[in-house]
Amino acid sequence: MPADFVSNVFVFILAAFLGFELIKRVSPLLHTPLMSLTNALDAIVVVAAIIIAGRHETRVSTILGLLAVGASFSNMVGGFLITDRMLKMFKTAKAKKP
Amino acid sequence: MSAVSVQQLIDFSYIAAVIGFILALKWLNSPVSAMRGVVIGEIASAVAVVATLFDPQVVHYKWVIIALIIGAAVGVPLGMVKMTAVPQRTALSHAFGAMSAALIGIAEYYVGTPHISKFEMAEIGLEVVIGSLTFTGSIIAAGKLQEILPQRPITYRGQNIVSLSVLGAALALIAVLVFHPEYTHLFAAMVVVALIFGIMLVTPIGGADMPTVISLLNSYAGFSAALLGFVLNSKVLVVAGSLDGASGFILSVIMCKAMNRSFTNVLFGAFGQVQVSAGKEAEERTVRSASPEEAAGILGAASKVIIVPGYGMAVAQAQHKVRELYDALSKRGVDVKFAIHPVAGRMPGHMNVLLAEADIPYDKLVEMDDINGEFPQTDVALVIGANDVTNPAAREDQSSPIYGMPILDVDRARTVMVIKRGMGAGFAGIENPLYYLDKTLMLFGDAKNFVGSIVRELAGSHG
Repeated sequence: MPADFVSNVFVFILAAFLGFELIKRVSPLLHTPLMSLTNALDAIVVVAAIIIAGRHETRVSTILGLLAVGASFSNMVGGFLITDRMLKMFKTAKAKKP
Repeated sequence: MSAVSVQQLIDFSYIAAVIGFILALKWLNSPVSAMRGVVIGEIASAVAVVATLFDPQVVHYKWVIIALIIGAAVGVPLGMVKMTAVPQRTALSHAFGAMSAALIGIAEYYVGTPHISKFEMAEIGLEVVIGSLTFTGSIIAAGKLQEILPQRPITYRGQNIVSLSVLGAALALIAVLVFHPEYTHLFAAMVVVALIFGIMLVTPIGGADMPTVISLLNSYAGFSAALLGFVLNSKVLVVAGSLDGASGFILSVIMCKAMNRSFTNVLFGAFGQVQVSAGKEAEERTVRSASPEEAAGILGAASKVIIVPGYGMAVAQAQHKVRELYDALSKRGVDVKFAIHPVAGRMPGHMNVLLAEADIPYDKLVEMDDINGEFPQTDVALVIGANDVTNPAAREDQSSPIYGMPILDVDRARTVMVIKRGMGAGFAGIENPLYYLDKTLMLFGDAKNFVGSIVRELAGSHG
């Protein structure tokens, strides 16, 4: 087994367990924003897409990379935007009264 | 400064990004700190993206920048959709995320072939298969939620066997490719088979099961990104992907529990096939109905009212009228709360977002387990567009297909009012004995119009 694989498994396991613990504490009130936020965070694959496209190795890899850059960056922008809009709507009765 | 230190700076930016992601999720534990979580998530992502642009491997800027601009131009309108369209938007973003992960895996394969180790090939194959099936599955889910595709489950005999064989074929192709990574046509075939499997996975699932499906696709999209992190040896992708995957996984478990379905049942795609119970002999049972005037009279005289919203409220776009009703009753000193079932609506938390958008304070939105004890002291439970989640048969009738599903105990309130278009059964085709109780008043009509009429009556009698 490659050494990289082993260290990645360590990271994966720790991150997954941390994820379980964090998500369990998220208020059910916010499950929709949770999904749009994790979607936006997951769009970090854009960094891999930028490298694949920017390395310009073959025509195919560049085109596929560019498509991935566009798709994942739209997720990043759209995901943060809608999460932001949703969370601004959550107000308490006190905060609403001027 | 050499290229090495640039690389180190990029690595540090990724570490910072990971810290930001973790804090973002941590602060989502309460609506008070959630906004802070989004801001730190945004900063973390921006830092990582900007740092990556300085990566010495990136030699070709022009098109990357153009792709980023196009991505932003597509992302902004997708971030500005109406709140009622959030479920389909979410499904579409799962599709985009999974597509990106799959495309990068495919690009890696074509760059590397035929000099790919067996190990790398297995990783790439698995990653591309999961990414591809999540892509088409999410597109189908988005189509169903947008009502371009039929919401009814589409099923045929032997469906599970056929579907599992297709998945088996995709896995078999990965196995062959591990030993012969140079067979590029087999790789292409593997992608196509995975895309087809994604369609087959979601097509048989009905609209009411979408909260589970959308969570599951969320999980797949996350884990495909994590696997891509394995392929590219990128820790930031492994972390972000596993956080996203874990989140989708937990949400699907919560949705499953709220529908009393087992997780294996979902994983094997055997769901959405709730047998439409042919129904016991439809005995003639009578229901009591009431007019808006009568309903307004009862509501106005109550001291405690619990409103139970469901998907029907979203379809009728009645949430703003419901807010007016909330205001009118609150002004009279009536204690009004909202009871939220975990699977009400089309995605986790759907009702909360719609009601928050209509300016209903979130401290009035109460989860099922916290509010069920309050129904016996409640004067009126007003059900708007919800059906199966209020069906007492889930508690009492062992022969009912939804027996065991946790429900909102609206039947324990002193009076129950149900706004409904007609006497048609719910999505699952299950009779709801709630409607035939002596304490139940049926309010027949469109949810938006009916609530509007009640509000007018309350205003009239007040002045």
